[in-house]
Amino acid sequence: MTMKNEVMGVYAVWLREFKRFYRDRGNLLGSVARPLMWFLIIGGGLGAAGQQATGGFSYFTFIAPGIIGMTVLFTSLFQGVSVIWDREFGFLKEMLVAPISRVSIVIGKALGGATSSLLQSLLIIGVAYAVGVTMPIAGALAMLPLIVVISVGFTALGLTIASFMDTMEGFNVIMNFIVMPMFLLSGALFPIAATGGLMATAVYLDPMTYGVEALRYAAIGVSSVSPVVSLAVVFAFTAAMSVVATVAFSRRK
Amino acid sequence: MVRVVFLSENDGAIIQTSGLTKKYGDFAAVDGVDLSIKPGEIFGLLGPNGAGKTTLISMLCTTVMPSSGSASINSFDVVARPGDVRRNIGIVFQEQSLDDRLTGRENLELHATLYGLDAATASQRIASVLDLVELKDKADALVRTYSGGMRRRLEIGRGLVHYPKVLFLDEPTIGLDPQTREHIWAYVKDLAKREQITILMTTHYMEEAEMLCTRIAIIDHGKIIALGTPDELKSMLGGETVVLKLRDADTPAVREKVQATFPDAKLFDGSMVLSVKAAEKEISGVLEQARSAGIDVLETSMHRPTLNDVFLKLTGREIRDEKAGTADAMRAFGRMHRH
Repeated sequence: MTMKNEVMGVYAVWLREFKRFYRDRGNLLGSVARPLMWFLIIGGGLGAAGQQATGGFSYFTFIAPGIIGMTVLFTSLFQGVSVIWDREFGFLKEMLVAPISRVSIVIGKALGGATSSLLQSLLIIGVAYAVGVTMPIAGALAMLPLIVVISVGFTALGLTIASFMDTMEGFNVIMNFIVMPMFLLSGALFPIAATGGLMATAVYLDPMTYGVEALRYAAIGVSSVSPVVSLAVVFAFTAAMSVVATVAFSRRK
Repeated sequence: MVRVVFLSENDGAIIQTSGLTKKYGDFAAVDGVDLSIKPGEIFGLLGPNGAGKTTLISMLCTTVMPSSGSASINSFDVVARPGDVRRNIGIVFQEQSLDDRLTGRENLELHATLYGLDAATASQRIASVLDLVELKDKADALVRTYSGGMRRRLEIGRGLVHYPKVLFLDEPTIGLDPQTREHIWAYVKDLAKREQITILMTTHYMEEAEMLCTRIAIIDHGKIIALGTPDELKSMLGGETVVLKLRDADTPAVREKVQATFPDAKLFDGSMVLSVKAAEKEISGVLEQARSAGIDVLETSMHRPTLNDVFLKLTGREIRDEKAGTADAMRAFGRMHRH
């Protein structure tokens, strides 16, 4: 198998993900509406409940990177897990018997997840400015490469989960016991410095915490965890998950 | 000596398996299969559900690893050279494998890219494939708007985009209505002739195997229990028969006349049973002979053994039991209502 074929294979898998993404108007609309609701309801509600230790920023501005992190987490994980749909509806076979390696399929899927996350994040950044978030343009731009790295890691996590799940029935379990806790514990909506005890342990065990911390530092220059540690954890997580996903996905029966 | 014979038999085979076996625990899904299929053949694997047909094809397609034995496509070993095997084969799966959120053309383009075709070659082949499967008008519609038969045709077309040497068709007409089925048969026949490719298909429809296949292997419990042309398989049952009901068949006079005119005939229960090669063609001659010998014929009938009879004789059961029928119906139902 030549390198050129593998690159074309990655491109083919990525292109399919991209087409499915932009063709899904409901999903695109949701990707703007959902963060808008978070901003208006959670941001408005909790923000009104009292200014917490948010580093002197408005609550809107504080949660903006968190909401972007949430979108990246959801979009990437689902894009990875979508392999279960591909299997269920048969298309996975078409990819599996093509003369490209499984690694190329994993890379194509990961890049597809990253592309979707990036486009959705750009939309949310627009929404954020529209609702009055004060974030320097340079900060918004600095988040973009981070979004790609975080997204690849969580797409890989989704792929890994999908490799071990044969049916769609486990999907709600993933949703309730992996995605939601990861998001809620990540400090997307609250300053993690304010937590303690068991809760703090859970917060620091959640890989998403470091993603949100890194994004927030990039956007507005504040974080509870040192940006060096956040970045290190984000990169390590993405690298590790990529390897795990490739191994899990390449098992040949 | 044996080795020489073996090699000369190998010569020119495009699909070759030797002792090919797949075990799941103690259960052998495919058990020591030897096949040698020549270029241009439409080779049928006939057997009930669960006989091991799909597992056998999956090993040839490199998606399932053999437990033992070997297999090669176009002389590339399926275990050692899966990439080369994959480039040489096209596959139409039993279950649908299109992306229905994409258009027909996009599905073909995706396939062309996955198989490393450059853009110019791809667009030219896609155009000719769309032509071949008569989907030109619907090429830019989303696949989710396609009927079952159109999807099948698109899948067959997709399997051809990269000019495979071998096309695998796993139950190509399962769950399709009779009209669409005949349409697909016509395609497959035409395809093998026009594109000069070898087709290996599985089916549990007898008419399908009989209509299409140059040779058939009957597979049961993972083993090949008979192999030959449809005619060869049927002749295992003694070919066709002409049955004449005679007046006064029990009288010595009639018996004598029958024996003199048709030395090979058997008299049974007032009827004369005669084995022939082609009953339809020969029956008028037989009647003529009977008349000139003064044998009085009351009724005539012919019996032609079917592949079903062959299967029944070899396995002691019908190929389609009630269970299989229900499973098919459910699968077809699931396919229809999935989206």
